[in-house]
Amino acid sequence: MNSKTFFSLIFSVTFLSSCAQENTPKITTPANPNYSYETVVSGIDIPWGMAFITANDFLVTEKSGELYRVSAGTKTAVTGLPDIYVRGQGGLLDVALHPEFTTNNTLYITAGTNIEGDSGGNTALYSAVLNGSQLEAVKLLYKATPNTKKGQHWGSRIVFDGKGHLFFGVGDRGNRDENPQDLGRDGGKIYRLNLDGSIPEDNPFVNEEGAKKAIYSYGHRNPQGMTLHPETGALWETEHGPRGGDEINIISPGKNYGWPKITYGINYSGTPITDDTALPGMEQPLYYWVPSIAPSGMTFLYSDIYPEWKGNLFVGSLSFEYLERVVLKNNTVVQREKVLADIGRVRNVVVGPDGYLYVGVEGKGILKIVPQS
Amino acid sequence: MKWIISTLLLGIHALGVYLYQEKPLEQSIADGAEIYQDFCLQCHGSKGEGVAGAFPPLAQSDYLKNELEASIRGIKYGMKGPIKVNGVKYDGVMANQGLEAEEIADVMNYVLNNWGNKSSKQITPQEVVAIKKTK
Repeated sequence: MNSKTFFSLIFSVTFLSSCAQENTPKITTPANPNYSYETVVSGIDIPWGMAFITANDFLVTEKSGELYRVSAGTKTAVTGLPDIYVRGQGGLLDVALHPEFTTNNTLYITAGTNIEGDSGGNTALYSAVLNGSQLEAVKLLYKATPNTKKGQHWGSRIVFDGKGHLFFGVGDRGNRDENPQDLGRDGGKIYRLNLDGSIPEDNPFVNEEGAKKAIYSYGHRNPQGMTLHPETGALWETEHGPRGGDEINIISPGKNYGWPKITYGINYSGTPITDDTALPGMEQPLYYWVPSIAPSGMTFLYSDIYPEWKGNLFVGSLSFEYLERVVLKNNTVVQREKVLADIGRVRNVVVGPDGYLYVGVEGKGILKIVPQS
Repeated sequence: MKWIISTLLLGIHALGVYLYQEKPLEQSIADGAEIYQDFCLQCHGSKGEGVAGAFPPLAQSDYLKNELEASIRGIKYGMKGPIKVNGVKYDGVMANQGLEAEEIADVMNYVLNNWGNKSSKQITPQEVVAIKKTK
């Protein structure tokens, strides 16, 4: 071995180990959890999205392309979905109710679709009117292009800002070198639309030539968690990093979140993606997970059902199979705790209209966390 | 006359088999490697090692060897419920990845010829097509 090889070896070993260093605070597991859970509905393999009409009447998406309406524990398949393109991590994704659902029965879904007739697919956003267990007036509001047969990174969550807009995300679609940093391309973006699907006049890139006008922020890898902070109204997001480098971000208009120019993660093979974890003009995550927990859905909890958890952030972990309780202090993560340790791959978590936490677990269905009295 | 027809039919059959086997094993394995990177690696690992307790290994897996048809069926339609791999019980969900028959054949050939696995028999797309959802 000559000295050059030797030093590059030393360098890469140091570099890789520094990248792979576990981030603090360490996850803890409570010895005597003071809660249990009930299964609200079972027999759903990948419960991706969840939307509550009332506490006993809600919608669940099954990634393989089924939408269920669950009323008092009985699930009915909803008909009238658009054609869903199921491939890799794509399929039927999120479902969300229009802020005025009680009067207009309108909902939104995101899904992998192919409407162009070529090969492959990409993420689309639809609105539809729910009539019992039937979708009517299905309307395509946005379709990311181009279609690709890649299996990765479709996003997606749908979130409303309470000011007449909705947000949804699309992952980089397995093309990190072209998509996330290019405003003229879809993928690796958070989008903002008016509720009718039109583009808000004050979107950050409406005047930028060649840019997709629906883009709100960019430089994302795969946003699968998104929620509005109930107190500040800020848009919070989690995204999957590669090996290490999963992130929590607060999304601001027009900002670049850096993927793949900066990341705290490395390739699955162990090789580096970039030397940089920070660059000018690119946002730092509020928190990053090393090792990766594979964050899915997320929600803040502000109900009074679990007094000790009030104000905490909850994030599903697919890879470590638990729900993570994240305690924040001045937007810094100060504590991380396992809830429902080893429960299975946690796909989603929402707070129901009754203030309870509802958790979507792969192969199990929807679980409701119940405090022990 | 009869033997002419027979010879002709045999010839057509041979041609069919020839065209069928058009993709050499090496090419199928190479194509399968790409599919593996895209659709399988995240759970089953870059060396087919799996994740203890969660995702079964593919490297030197007895299940893969003994339950070839069930393995292909699993990729094609998805699978769930308890299985035993190398003496360890797994009870998870593998989602249908939406792969085409040729892609499933390719990824099977890749997996069956890597990480200490060795298979003399090439999986063909036709074989994959023939496998139905339930036995």
